[in-house]
Order: sequence, then structure tokens, then C-alpha cells
Amino acid sequence: MSPALHSIVSFLQTWWVQLVSGVLIVAVVPLIAGYVVLVERKLMADMQARLGPMRVGPHGLLQPIADALKLLIKEDIIPDNADKAIFWLAPVVSMTAALVSMGAIAFGPWFQVAKDINIGILFVLGVSSLGLFGIVLGGWASNSHYALIGALRSTAQLVSYETAAGLAIISGLLLAGTLQIRSIVDAQQHYGVWFIFLAPVAFFIYLVASIAETNRAPFDLPEAESELVAGYMTEYSGFRWALYFLGEYANMIVVAAVATTLFLGGWLRPFPNVRWLNWLDVLPALFTAGVGAYCVYRAGKQPVRVQALFMWAVAALCFLVALILAATVFVPLLQAARPGFLGAFWFMLKVSAYIYVFMWLRFTLPRYRFDQLMHLGWYLLIPLAIVNVFSVGMAMMLESEFGWNRWLALVVTMLFTLLAAAFLLHLNDKRTAAASSAAAETSDTYAG
Amino acid sequence: MHDETTQKQSTLLGADELVINMGPQHPSTHGVLRVKLKLDGERVIGSECVIGYLHRGVEKIAENRTYQQFAPYVDRMDYVAAVSNGLGYCEAVEKLLSVEAPPRARVIRTILTELQRIASHLLWLGTHALDIGALTPLFYCMREREEILKIFEKYCGARLTTHAFRIGGLQYESYDTFEKDVERFCKDFERRIQEYVDLLTGNSIWIGRTRNVGVLSTEDCIALGVSGPVLRASGLAWDVRKATPYAAYDQYKFEIPVGTKGDTYDRYMVRMEEMRQSRLICLQAIENIPAGPILGKVGKVLKPPAGEIHHRIESPKGILGYYIVSDGTTQPYRVRIRPPSFINLQAFDKMARGHLVADVVAIIGTLDIVLGEVDR
Repeated sequence: MSPALHSIVSFLQTWWVQLVSGVLIVAVVPLIAGYVVLVERKLMADMQARLGPMRVGPHGLLQPIADALKLLIKEDIIPDNADKAIFWLAPVVSMTAALVSMGAIAFGPWFQVAKDINIGILFVLGVSSLGLFGIVLGGWASNSHYALIGALRSTAQLVSYETAAGLAIISGLLLAGTLQIRSIVDAQQHYGVWFIFLAPVAFFIYLVASIAETNRAPFDLPEAESELVAGYMTEYSGFRWALYFLGEYANMIVVAAVATTLFLGGWLRPFPNVRWLNWLDVLPALFTAGVGAYCVYRAGKQPVRVQALFMWAVAALCFLVALILAATVFVPLLQAARPGFLGAFWFMLKVSAYIYVFMWLRFTLPRYRFDQLMHLGWYLLIPLAIVNVFSVGMAMMLESEFGWNRWLALVVTMLFTLLAAAFLLHLNDKRTAAASSAAAETSDTYAG
Repeated sequence: MHDETTQKQSTLLGADELVINMGPQHPSTHGVLRVKLKLDGERVIGSECVIGYLHRGVEKIAENRTYQQFAPYVDRMDYVAAVSNGLGYCEAVEKLLSVEAPPRARVIRTILTELQRIASHLLWLGTHALDIGALTPLFYCMREREEILKIFEKYCGARLTTHAFRIGGLQYESYDTFEKDVERFCKDFERRIQEYVDLLTGNSIWIGRTRNVGVLSTEDCIALGVSGPVLRASGLAWDVRKATPYAAYDQYKFEIPVGTKGDTYDRYMVRMEEMRQSRLICLQAIENIPAGPILGKVGKVLKPPAGEIHHRIESPKGILGYYIVSDGTTQPYRVRIRPPSFINLQAFDKMARGHLVADVVAIIGTLDIVLGEVDR
């Protein structure tokens, strides 16, 4: 064996897991992101009394593929005065950051995406913030005013809200005592409850900050359609635009996964240590079987035979998954696979629920204005997050140093946090009142 | 809208001002309005509206058409409130001819015009909310507007540019289930309007985006000639329907909603209340539609005596005035139209200055302009 071949083989031997998962991420995540878009469009249509995509495939199920194809074959436009290299690079940076940060996430005890590194959460946070460069550079390179304003807004917004999100995460990390994804979930098993119950304020702050971080409504100012046309993406079209879009939705999955891991118990079922709730293990199988049954019910109502067949196929898939999930519960031989499969189910359910909340808020709420967004971040969320870190740390100290009951310590410190929140809200109200009266004073009457 | 020499203001960091060109193709300029914004960062320090992209010379066309022939053209001005435009024109020509539409025609005109006001306000609400970032109200508003357009379609066959009225009265008798349709819509609409209220009125983001944005005092409004809901929101209860009643408005009880501050939130509340009042007018009107002819005594060829008249109505956007000069022939010598959108748009610079870019779209939305009417 020649030395060159040998070194390649040894390289592959060491890195094959990472390589395969890298290929998997690049191949699968865009597809998932595409279908998240479809789900969003369908949900939005449902809440707005219309049908949404219905043409491509049964109930528009092939719409993401059609969209991707259309974007691929679109003309590739780079504006004349754009900085071509950066214009080309920016969306790639944006998407790469989103996809790489996915590597450290685990979708269940058996389904680590790439590697369970000991600084997992830190890695995810750090790498996903790099996506900001894609947005800023893209906005700058486009050489368009709208794009520039969008990029500026995005910079300010992400810098402010990552601070709040980071501080919220610290509260969770204090409880877990580790940055490793698996250990964080193990810690929640050890405590017996998800961290959302121990640090609800931190979860709330993270929820708000993560919406802002992913540029979703009501914080979607960098790409506010009605104001900035499309913000930093204004000059982008075709597949470059699709890369941005993909990065955004991949980012959404990442923040949802982080929130699930840190606050919602990761792949643990509700109350993992309560024995008499063990029947909850049957729930995943029942749930998927229920979805399958609904598909069978709908199959009879499809107007076209292809659609009915498709529904049958989906139903069959659901039943298959239900069978596997049920088998891990009931067949003694397969019980070793139970935590892996059920864990993956719970994890995905929680991530979906988190993303659903994102979408729901988007359909319901108007958009914040830029100054209001900054006020919310700097005057409310960040101070509250700091107070919360202090409270959680205090609770842990009371427990370990003074032997307080854990729940008592948490309730006492939580009261402190809530008091701080009330105070901040009061200050906020006062500031808005002052601002509005100042605005009233400065407006002069029209000299007519 | 104002001269550029006044525009040498210093920016916050001493940097150059950023001139941004909003429109004519922009998602929230409601058609083809072009606004040149001078920005300091995101703060507006000056603005200039560029209009005329939809100019069709409507007033000039009038001089080459007979009085009847010109009637459909006015529908193309404020194309989301075509019925109101038609009412104003028909009544103006009737005034010129010294004829009156029969009572039945006047009541049906009132009903259709008020439905049109609701439809116009619904479109305003949906697009205004969309501009501010709430996606969903648009679809709810369109759903209700569709019901109104269906009534128009049943009545005269057209949905948008209806040409619903004729000089001297109506061309079409109301269809069999007209009253029932209107009543069903009005009964249903009360519940629907509550949905918009639930989504927006108490929403703190909505309040934050609209309160103290684009404030216009009563004096400003009068100085700028602003009319309609924008004027009423600044506290002056001026409504042509009450001041100089036309059609059958003197027969019905309704209130003029007024605001206090004259900001975007007040204008929102005023328009919401106007929809409720219009609904009440419709309900009162269908109670008792008088029997009788629908067309007054007008000839096939209209030759008004030489002279001039001015007639104004309260269109959904404000005061819509028609000034017609007749030289005794079958064609008007001159038609001058006072479009409310055009005059309300004058207030834009006054309202936008000192606000952020995000507020600019809120202000364009709250002025409720239709570019077909601004440019004519």
C-alpha cells in the first residue's frame, strides 16, 4: 500500500463518522427546511381561512421540491455595482454557519448528528452567530440602500439579542453544570424535571430572543417586507436567495433544538422519573398511528386517485413508524432500543412544538419598530436575564451552602426575579409615557 | 410636495444624508406612489412624494365625452370605492340639470354607497395591518369585502368598477333578495368586526406602532385641506353626510366618530367606528325602501343649461368634490375633481418628518390613499 493511500485510509478511519454526518446534514437539512416552509404555509393558510399550496402533489406536498427546482433554474443575477466576491460568498457563509452548528446537536440519545463535543452548546452558539457575517456582508455587497439598512438592522438586532439569549442559556447551564449536550439532558433526568420548570423566566427570555435571533416576526425587521422590500436579501435571487432562506430555516431548527435540549428536557418524556407515568411510553406509537388513521380517513375523500394513493402511502409509513415505536415498548427483545427511538420521537415533537409557536406568533402579531425592538432588548430582556442568572445562582447556593430545600430556594429567588421584571416593566411604561409627551411637545403646528 | 432648498439639515453624526427611493415599485406604497426619503440613519429628515405614474387625464377625457359617457370613467379614479365616485358625479350632473333622483333611487344609492364605504375601509384595514406586519387581518378583511362585492355583482354585474348609478337615478331595479343579502351581511359583520378588534385594538405592539405616529392637529388638517377620517381623527367632527346631506343621509341616524390626538391609532379607531356606523345606516335603510320609479325625468340626450356647479360628497377617503362647467352642449366644458387622496397626501411630509422608516409605511397606510385617485 502506498503511503498516500495509507494516509487517506487512516484519515477516513478517524473521520468517517464526521464525513458521513456532514454529507447527511447537507443532503437532509435542506429538504427538512423546505418542508418546514410548506408546513408554515399550510398553517398560515389554515389560520387565514384559505387553503395554501394545493397544486403540486396532493395537498401541495411536493411544493418545496417544485420551489427548489424553480429557484435552481432561475437566472443568476449579480448587480453591476455589487462587490462580486462578497456577494457570492455571503449566502454561503450564512448557510454554512447554520448547517455546521447543527453538527453538535443530538436528536435523541442515539442520534448524535456529528459529535458530542464537551462544549456542545457553546459550539452551537458560536458557530450560528457566524451566520451574521453572511447577512452583513450580503447587505453591504449588494450596494443597495434597502439591503444596507437591512444589514445594519440585522447587526444591531443580533448583537443585542444574542446577549439576552446567552444570558438566558447561562441560567440553564448553571443548573446543568455542563456544556455537553448529553450531560445537560442527563442532568434534567437527574433533577427529575425539565429545566423549564426550574428556570421559567430564562426559558421565556430565550424564546423571545431566539425569535429575534432567527429574524422571525414580530422581530423580522432586517427583512421587513413592507418597509425594506426584502432587507438584506433585496438584491438576491435564484439559488443564492434560496441559500439565505435555507440558512434561516436551518437556524430555526437549531435554536429550537437548543431550547429543547436545555429547557424542555431534550429527548426525555414528560416527568421521566415518575414511574406511574410509564404509560406515556405508549403515546408515541399511538400518536403516529393516529396520524396514519387520519390519513386513511382522508384518503377516501381525495378527488383524484393519485392523491388517494399518496395518502395511503403516507398512512402506511405512519403505521410502520408506529409499529417500530410500539415494538420497542412491548417486545422484550427490542426494549434496549426503547430510549433511542422514543427519545428521537419526543425530541422531534418538542422541536416541532417550538417551531409551531414561532409560526403562530408570526401569523398573529404585528411587527415591532426598530427602536422598540432595541428598547425591549436592552431595557427589559437583558437586565431581566442578568437578574435571572443571579437568582438561579442564588438558589443553587442556598441549596448547597445553607441546606435549603431546592424548591423553596427556587420559589424565593423566582419571586425576586418577578419583582425585578415588574420593576423593569414599570420603568418601561414610564419611559414610553415620557417619550410620547416629549414627542407631543416637539411637534409644532403647521404655519398656515 | 415641497421645495428642496429647505432640506439642508444636519444629521446626527455629521454624516451625509441617505436618500432612499421608496417606490414606485414597493410593497407598501399602495400602488405607484414614489417617495424620496432623506434619511439620517433610519430617521426621516425630509421627504418628497413623486406622483403621476397613474395619470390618465380623466379630467381632460371628460371634455370629449357626453355627460353619460363620462360616468364610468370616474369609477377608475378611486377604484376601491367606485360606487362613491359614481354617486358624486351623478348627483353633480343632476344638480346641473336641476333634476332629483326619485326617493327609491336615493335610498338604494345610500345603501350601496355605505356598503362601498365598508368595503373600502376593509381594504384599508387589511393593507394597513399588513404594512405594520400583521399578516392575518388582510385575509379576514378580504373575506368580508368579498361578500359586499357579491352584492354589487348581483346588483349590477360588476364587482370593482361598478358604474352602479345613472344620471337621474338608477338603471337597474334592485334584485329580489337585495334586502335579505344586505341584512345578512350586516348581521354577520358585527361579529366579524370584533375579530379585527381582538387581533389589533388592544395589541400592545399595534398600539406601540400607531400611537403618536404621524400626529396631525386639527389646525394642521385645516391648513393642509385634509378631510375624511384623517380630519375627524384629529378631533373635528366634519362629515359632509351631516353638514350638507345628500342622497338619503338626512333620513338616518348615525354618529360621526372623532379622535382626540390625531395619531395613527386614532385614525384606526375612527375608521373602525365608521364601519360600524355604515353598518347601522345600511340596516336602517333596508327597513324601509320606498316604492316608486328608480329613474327621474331625464332625457336620452343631456343638455344642461350653461353654468357651473360644485357638488361634494363624503367618499370613504374624504371630501370628493366635482366642479362642472357646462356650456350648454352635450359635453361638459370643464370637469374639475377634488380627490381626497391627493389632498390628504399633502400631509405626508408633515406627518413623516422625524419618524423612522418603519413609520413611513404606517403613515402611507393610515392616509388611505389610492393612486388612481391621486393621479387621475
